[in-house]
Amino acid sequence: MRNLIVIIALFIGTIASAQNKNERAIIDVDGVCMMCKDRIEKACIKTKGVKSAFWHPKTHELKLIFDARKTNLDSIKKSIAAVGHDTKTLKASPEAYNSLHNCCKYREQSVIDDHKEEE
Amino acid sequence: MHANYLLVLLPNNYLKLKHNILKYIQFLLFLLPVALFSQSSIEGVVLEKTADNKNIPLAGATVYWKNTSVGTVTDFDGNFSIPYSSNFKNLIISYIGYQTETIVISATQKRNYFLRSNSELEEVQLETRKKTSSVSYLTPVHVINMDNKELLKAACCNLAESFETNPSIDVNFADAVSGTKQIKMLGLTSPYLLITTENIPSIRGAAQAYGMSFIPGTWVESIQVTKGAGSVTNGFESIAGQINAELKKPLNDDNFFFNAYTSMDGRNELNTHINTKVSDKWDTGIYIHGNLRDKKSDNNDDNFLDAPLAKQLNIMNRWQYINSEKGTIAFINFRYLNDDKQGGELDFDPDTDKLTTNYWGSEINTDRFEVAANIGFVNTDIPYQKLGIQLAFSDHKQDSYFGLNSYNIAHQSMYSNFVYSSIISDSRHQVKTGISLTYDDYDEDVNNQNYTRVEKSVGGFFEYAFDDLDAITLTAGVRLDHHNLLGTFITPRFHMRYAPWEKSAFRMSFGRGKRSANIFTENQKMFATSRKINIQNSGGEIYGMNPETAWNYGVSYLQGFNILGRKADITLDFFRTDFKNQIIVDWENPMEVNFYNLDGESYANSFQAEFNYSISKNVDIRMAYKNYDVKTTYNGVEKEKPLLPKHRFFTNVSVESNVKDNGAHWKFDTTYNYLSKQRFAGNEQSPEAYQTETYSPTLATVNVQTTKIFSPKFEIYAGGENITNVRQKTPIISADDPFGVYFDSTQVYGPIFGASYYIGLRYKLNKS
Repeated sequence: MRNLIVIIALFIGTIASAQNKNERAIIDVDGVCMMCKDRIEKACIKTKGVKSAFWHPKTHELKLIFDARKTNLDSIKKSIAAVGHDTKTLKASPEAYNSLHNCCKYREQSVIDDHKEEE
Repeated sequence: MHANYLLVLLPNNYLKLKHNILKYIQFLLFLLPVALFSQSSIEGVVLEKTADNKNIPLAGATVYWKNTSVGTVTDFDGNFSIPYSSNFKNLIISYIGYQTETIVISATQKRNYFLRSNSELEEVQLETRKKTSSVSYLTPVHVINMDNKELLKAACCNLAESFETNPSIDVNFADAVSGTKQIKMLGLTSPYLLITTENIPSIRGAAQAYGMSFIPGTWVESIQVTKGAGSVTNGFESIAGQINAELKKPLNDDNFFFNAYTSMDGRNELNTHINTKVSDKWDTGIYIHGNLRDKKSDNNDDNFLDAPLAKQLNIMNRWQYINSEKGTIAFINFRYLNDDKQGGELDFDPDTDKLTTNYWGSEINTDRFEVAANIGFVNTDIPYQKLGIQLAFSDHKQDSYFGLNSYNIAHQSMYSNFVYSSIISDSRHQVKTGISLTYDDYDEDVNNQNYTRVEKSVGGFFEYAFDDLDAITLTAGVRLDHHNLLGTFITPRFHMRYAPWEKSAFRMSFGRGKRSANIFTENQKMFATSRKINIQNSGGEIYGMNPETAWNYGVSYLQGFNILGRKADITLDFFRTDFKNQIIVDWENPMEVNFYNLDGESYANSFQAEFNYSISKNVDIRMAYKNYDVKTTYNGVEKEKPLLPKHRFFTNVSVESNVKDNGAHWKFDTTYNYLSKQRFAGNEQSPEAYQTETYSPTLATVNVQTTKIFSPKFEIYAGGENITNVRQKTPIISADDPFGVYFDSTQVYGPIFGASYYIGLRYKLNKS
């Protein structure tokens, strides 16, 4: 019985948070430049349920506001990976990564260094 | 800061240096990196400037010095701190979805930096390096932004004169007595424009005729000119477009600013701004303007003053509040204005000749007090939810007489507007909705006949903006208003932009406007004539006539490109205003002015081609051609609108010398204007001596200005207006018989004054 209550409480708690239509989250997304920023944010906003997205080229932080009833972080991460950007838990496929503009190839140290100079 | 360091280090090392030159070099080598690292830094806040004047901190904006590796990123509240040394000049601030700003840094004080959203409707900040006036590639609305540098290209004593370097707006004298300049856009006079200061309607009602000269040029930070239908968020009155003047902000303006100006035609002006920080959230500024013309002049020997004697005192106190934790921004303004003008015959003395036939003379005395508040709230958790509140009150009083005609008006006005913005589903779909309430009380005495009227309106609006983050942006708005005299009506406005390829923008717009014409105050130049005023009553609510309504349609195409590696752009636009109802001001009978509702067709077609090119790093050129076709049905006969040229050519060349390390440089500006012939209102019935040709001669004028900037603190400017000395020979018809039936000072097509030269200075002081 006690376990059941705990489970129900957890369940209700999950529903309550899953019902949040203005869920806020910050995740790390790999990328290097303003072109990446444009691409990452577009991919997020075009994901159903995402309301606003801001990515920071230096900290790699992506600030999200989304409707938790319609989407979740996993599907957002999938959209991001589909346009070629890595998150901690989901890496972009080689095809998606290779479609990036040469200056956005964030996995290459030389590209990262180039952008460091820019900044 | 590194200067202090030197003082500390030098005495310690001084003796050693005396003995060994090598040590000295070592010392220098040692000091060099120290000097580099001990430089000062600049702090600031990057904010989004929204249409409702709400400032929202932008977290994560990139801030860096041009052509250097020195950069930083703003924190969650938009704050940044970046190392500074005197050889860093251009600070670049960029943020995706916003227009990149390049700011020339001349002072190290902490200040706010504003970025404008690409998708925003009313306002676009478009300054990129030297381009001081431009049209955005990204907004759905055709908006021309003129920044502070553009405003300094002309003597620019007041808002009306700021447009002398802008081909979209025509500036000319309203009449030969008041010395007032009036503006036209798309072939229509200023009553058909919505003129706002910081998006609060300001020049309307009793202020319509002279209001543009009541906003001193130094108070203006930038101007946004919207051609065609505007946004529904600012009301239903605009027909041909909107002009918004952003005033200087106490937080960003110089701590102390002083400007003095004097011209050969006897005009003297003084401007002082004092801005101080009151607390970490409050800033305040006092802005004082005074002008004086006390010298009588009559260069065309018609026995009438070429420009009226005038004095004006204009004081504004602004308060600016920013609380970024709570997401609150507020501006509160208080303003008092007193303006006196005296025009007419040279020997006229108001004490003995007022309202007599001794001499013809006129006095216009204006008193105005206003309070305005702009308050913005941002939901700091959900930054796309914003609330804007605008409140304004004004009390305007004008006592005046023109010869034997007297005209007094008192106008109290209240304006309130509440705008809530948010998004639908995601940030590609933005919505604004809100309500506005207005109240206007008019009390007019026209030659001792009294007219009173109260206008009240309540309205709601909804505006949807879509941005596909690529080639298409659009804004669709509608408002529903209930007005005690205009009835209940719907105002739709639509704008769209499509960019099929790089650096291009196709735009189209349509919208409707409706307004009550203030026939006396808008046309008060008619009092400076002997014309009989006739109002043909058609049973309407406003002076017995019905309100004006018109549709405006527009298309434009902007294309940017490079010529020999330098930026150029070309804009083609066409706008048509189609009146469904209009109050016709009929000057076609030289002894009368007739007001009646339109019966027939009335339209204004305007085509403009504009070309901008940066020929070199130092030289910018702007050329424009404009064609007007404006016709109105006067008592069943369709005629060209009087005193409006069909063709206008415009050229402006700006040259700026290289800026020296101490900030010193030169600026040169030349503006050329050509106007084709203009039709005089019909006067075939007049005696031959008082008849004019059917058309005026063509007109070409040249203005020049030179500015010598000695340092970021001090500059001197000098210039000439109308240097080729072009003049209308007889601006006043029947000047020899001012109380005769044919006396008329309204048929003015060109400059009354000949060449005139001026000189002025600007001094700025900032706490470091």
